[in-house]
Amino acid sequence: MTTLAPAPTAKPQKPWAATYKDRAKTAGIFVASMAISYAVVAATPLKGKLAYAAIFFASYIVIDFVINFVKAGRPAAVDAVFRAFVTMMVAVAITPIISILVTVWIRGHHGLHWTLFTKDMHSNAYTDAVPQGGLLHAIIGTFLLVLFAMIISVPIGILTAIYLTEIRGKFTRPISFLVQAMSGVPSIVAGLFIYAAILLPLTKKLNGFEGSLALAILMIPTVARTSEEVLKLIPSDLREAGVALGGTQWRSVAMVVVPAARSGLITAMILGVARVAGETAPLLLLTGGSGTKNFNMFNNSMGSLPSYIWQCFGAGTPESITRAWAGILVLLVIVVVLFTAARTLGNRKVGKKK
Amino acid sequence: MTQTPAQIPAKREITTKPRFSDKVFRGVVTGGGLSSLVILGLILAFLLYNGYSILKQQGIQFLTSSNWQAVVADSGAVDIKNSHFGIAAMLIGTMIVAVIAVIVGVPISVGAAVYLTFYAPASIKKIMVTAIDLMAAFPSVLFGLWGFFVLESSGEYWAKLLNKYFSWVPFFKLPAPYVTRSPFIAGLVLAIMIIPIVTSVSREIFSQTPLDRIQAAYALGGTRFAMLRAVAFPYARSGIVGGVMLGLGRAMGETVAVYTVLNIVYQVNWQILLSAGGNVASMILLKFGEASPYEVKALMAAGLVLFVLTLIVNSIANLIVTRTGKSGR
Repeated sequence: MTTLAPAPTAKPQKPWAATYKDRAKTAGIFVASMAISYAVVAATPLKGKLAYAAIFFASYIVIDFVINFVKAGRPAAVDAVFRAFVTMMVAVAITPIISILVTVWIRGHHGLHWTLFTKDMHSNAYTDAVPQGGLLHAIIGTFLLVLFAMIISVPIGILTAIYLTEIRGKFTRPISFLVQAMSGVPSIVAGLFIYAAILLPLTKKLNGFEGSLALAILMIPTVARTSEEVLKLIPSDLREAGVALGGTQWRSVAMVVVPAARSGLITAMILGVARVAGETAPLLLLTGGSGTKNFNMFNNSMGSLPSYIWQCFGAGTPESITRAWAGILVLLVIVVVLFTAARTLGNRKVGKKK
Repeated sequence: MTQTPAQIPAKREITTKPRFSDKVFRGVVTGGGLSSLVILGLILAFLLYNGYSILKQQGIQFLTSSNWQAVVADSGAVDIKNSHFGIAAMLIGTMIVAVIAVIVGVPISVGAAVYLTFYAPASIKKIMVTAIDLMAAFPSVLFGLWGFFVLESSGEYWAKLLNKYFSWVPFFKLPAPYVTRSPFIAGLVLAIMIIPIVTSVSREIFSQTPLDRIQAAYALGGTRFAMLRAVAFPYARSGIVGGVMLGLGRAMGETVAVYTVLNIVYQVNWQILLSAGGNVASMILLKFGEASPYEVKALMAAGLVLFVLTLIVNSIANLIVTRTGKSGR
């Protein structure tokens, strides 16, 4: 018996990939620029993080340019400098995100304690010692506000998306234009609108439902646009199959298209919730910020996480600022969890069952 | 043997007429689809209805004067004759902070978008895109507090540097030595807030650059920068302008972050490093708390101006972005 020798396979080549030499060179320039920035800051009156960063960027670009100019001429040098420039821009864009996350944790975790989730503020002031009171009322309030906003905006948003993808009537262009325009409505204007349309003529006092209405206005465009993207991805074969089996358009949309897009539509919903969960300005105008648990959306002032944070920040003592950061930490965790959930669901293949 | 005659089915009616269920379905969906039109129309109508008396009484002065005085007579009634409402100072303030945001934020966003589209390795790209998208979901009150407690100290230092070396630029003059809570710092916070949207729009446009043109540029021996200059930037230019205007619209309507970071003073202030400024949205929030019903009407009128302004900017932006995306050129 003879065994076949394995066929010789060519090793895939990537001539564009960075060689070890290239990487060593980049690392070398990096270290050299760090050293220069350290030396310059130590030797001259320039001080501070900005000085380090600026000198590092400048010296990196200069060294990079000179090396490439000597080795490969002007076009290569310009290319290298531009590459360094955009890399730095992305670093600058990421820095605030890291700074924000770190700040929220460092300043907020002192304010975390278990009673945060079991007590409200009805017998405590924001300036009391941090372990007293809690933000149960705010969590309940935010939950109810967002829930009602969801009940109002999700059907409208999804219907809009279905109109844009399934019906494609004569209003398609204006509606998609208006939905985009609506996503730019400032949150304070949404608050003022509900104030003018509901609070002034009808209820004449603050309640949670008005806040939900304002949040719904801000949520509809997000839900509609994300749902539209998702529905566009559903292959037309599915729609045609539905119609070919004798289904009406109503049945093929309701029984085929929407179920196929289910996880995507849930993503749209979650993104909408993440968009409004931390919205502050309309709630300050419409819901008030009670410190007591309130389960009634249609009566009495309603607490919420953003207004809790706002009032704590406004109170201005060290204790209340710590409370504000703890509130932000809780809010941020909620937003990040929602965002991650939306990402995980959104990465699933559209149209796949379960 | 008898054969039963074959059953001939009744002739089916072939029609394109929608059935009843479809009519209902189409009606409901169209109704839902038109809701955005209805809501925008209602916003316009209600703000106009409430602010109309003020707009009529103040006329063009509402936009050109910087005098905001809600006078209440001794009897407690509103003294309409002596009350003046003008939002020029806040309109200028809105433009100043939004323009600072765009000037600072756009190079960062476009640079980041170029890096993420044309340079980044797949793994880094995924992480960074997720991080920047996550930033879009951060609540504005968080940006406000972060700006107040963290950026403020660095921002003051940068403001002093700018004033020291560039005080010959009229905007960087400092008539008084107060640099905390200035429009400059508010602009920086807004710049960070618009980075996600401008980056994602630019990234979208860059990723649509026709591959054949990119490869043609490489095949002609171009470096990556040469390719970007000859192919990607001309292709994406108008789309990026659209993205920038979307960012401008966001920056103009921001309330809470500006309110937190900026020292709101009701005066026209072109010195961006000086601790005084404001924008329309934060002014509405500031005055709303203790406003009399009459002053609330004036705030509604201010809200109307803000709404129309952002709507115009956003519409132009969306027109540009949609057209770029469609035409492929």
